[in-house]
Amino acid sequence: MNFYAIRAIYFHEMDRMRRTIGQSILSPVISTSLYFIVFGSVIGGMIPELDGVSYGSFIVPGLLMLTLLTQSISNSAFGIFFPKFTGSIYEVLAAPVSSFEIIVGFVGASATKSLIVGIIILLTASFFVELKIQYPLLMLFLLVLTCLTFSLFGFLIGLLSNNFEQLQVVPLIIITPLVFLGGSLYTIEMLPEFWQKVSYFNPVVYLINGMRWSFYGASDINIFISVVSLVGFLIACIVGVAIVISKGYGVKT
Amino acid sequence: MQNVVSIKKLSKTYDNDFQALKNITLDIKKNEIIALLGPNGAGKTTMISIICGIVIPTSGSVTVDNFDIIKDYRRTRSLIGLVPQELSLEQFEYVFNNVSYTRGLYGKAPNPSLIEKILKDLSLWDKRHSRINELSGGMKRRVLIAKALSHEPSVLFLDEPSAGVDVELRQEMWQVIKELRNSGVTIILTTHYIEEAEAIADRVAVINKGELLVVDNTSDLVKSMGQKTLLIELHEAIRTLPSKLERYNLTVLNNGLSISYNYDSSSKQTGITSLLQDMKETGLKLKDLNTEQSSLENIFVELVREN
Repeated sequence: MNFYAIRAIYFHEMDRMRRTIGQSILSPVISTSLYFIVFGSVIGGMIPELDGVSYGSFIVPGLLMLTLLTQSISNSAFGIFFPKFTGSIYEVLAAPVSSFEIIVGFVGASATKSLIVGIIILLTASFFVELKIQYPLLMLFLLVLTCLTFSLFGFLIGLLSNNFEQLQVVPLIIITPLVFLGGSLYTIEMLPEFWQKVSYFNPVVYLINGMRWSFYGASDINIFISVVSLVGFLIACIVGVAIVISKGYGVKT
Repeated sequence: MQNVVSIKKLSKTYDNDFQALKNITLDIKKNEIIALLGPNGAGKTTMISIICGIVIPTSGSVTVDNFDIIKDYRRTRSLIGLVPQELSLEQFEYVFNNVSYTRGLYGKAPNPSLIEKILKDLSLWDKRHSRINELSGGMKRRVLIAKALSHEPSVLFLDEPSAGVDVELRQEMWQVIKELRNSGVTIILTTHYIEEAEAIADRVAVINKGELLVVDNTSDLVKSMGQKTLLIELHEAIRTLPSKLERYNLTVLNNGLSISYNYDSSSKQTGITSLLQDMKETGLKLKDLNTEQSSLENIFVELVREN
């Protein structure tokens, strides 16, 4: 195992976050704070309690997942796409590094960045709403698992993208709508019966509800189904990345 | 001399059916400078990209220090340094950090004193805290060389090292390459600058359309494939050549004041003595004599044209 290479890639990517601190940290924190101000404090004050918690507190897990998903995907997609774009990927390909080590370096750094942003968002949320976490260890487990899974997914997108437009398609056109329609700002029970059934086909519903259960011990979906769904998606991402990188698709000719 | 890189029947066909390499076999000797010479699109970059692990070969095999580049990729790649043709650098990074990053990728522990030495040798030490986008093109190319040397490779590939580099920097780079060779590094460089190959390479391999046309010592190649020309300056201009001199295939130059005669210097009989004797007999008076050796450039052009 080339530990020095993993370390080099990891800190190289973390260094990118330090250089772009405004984009990496401040931007998601500001946009999430705006959600808390508008939906949590202003509008939330006029909405009755949901699942026994105030609306402001209710949306915290959903907004946390929204940020984790989008950040994890964009961090790792950009992390691998940017060297492809500049051509500097040559040195990673020419180095004595296995595909596994490359993935650990890039995905590890991306997941760490998302984790940092997630923790900052939780701290930010505590300024706006009352925050209780009933199962902190489960919350932490889901936090790490989500960051890793979607960083892997983003890595796959970065590998397969040939231009900046392709890089943005999945996060903007697929992930963001799925998160907004996945119960991040409401419970599925609030929807008409038909749309409730449709929502069960949205994979993000399981993730948001899993996170919500770790906060308040109540959600629309059984926690075990949520965890199994997340682990299932993690395995699918691992298989996808392994196939793509072993074929050299997107980076080797 | 021991071979450090052995290429056997190497072929590469890209997805668009373009055959970049056709059955190339080449041995590269330890501690030599070999120039891969060829026009644009000849297959030079594809060849070194395969050896470095960036491009997947279609068939054939390559060993570096007797290790297969695919089965033993960790060993072979750790021996190799690559300076790419393009200035492929992350523009917002600092020079020192970026060079250290490459050393890490190659599985080597951080060694700031070695990086300092490399940067000083390449006149980049003053720029160690500069962002790469603040450097000139020549400096960026030196950063690429510093990165390639950061893990102390024994084989160094330089893909078009003088592309877009001014004359002064080119001379400096040649000096750096020679010093590296003197320190025990084997250098493989691709170029389409003939003078570069002539100036620093021990051997030259000419590639065109994916085929290896010739491999030889630079001086031997010039000697064996090159022609010499005897330039004869006359006292008085001639309108036509005397019939006695027709068999020499002479060319009349300079409004009849000069004659040129091409001959093979490696041949036992160059024909010079009989030519001069025949000229004397025809009454032509000689003013001066001069010989010229055809250059590597002439040979290269001729080889590529024939191919």
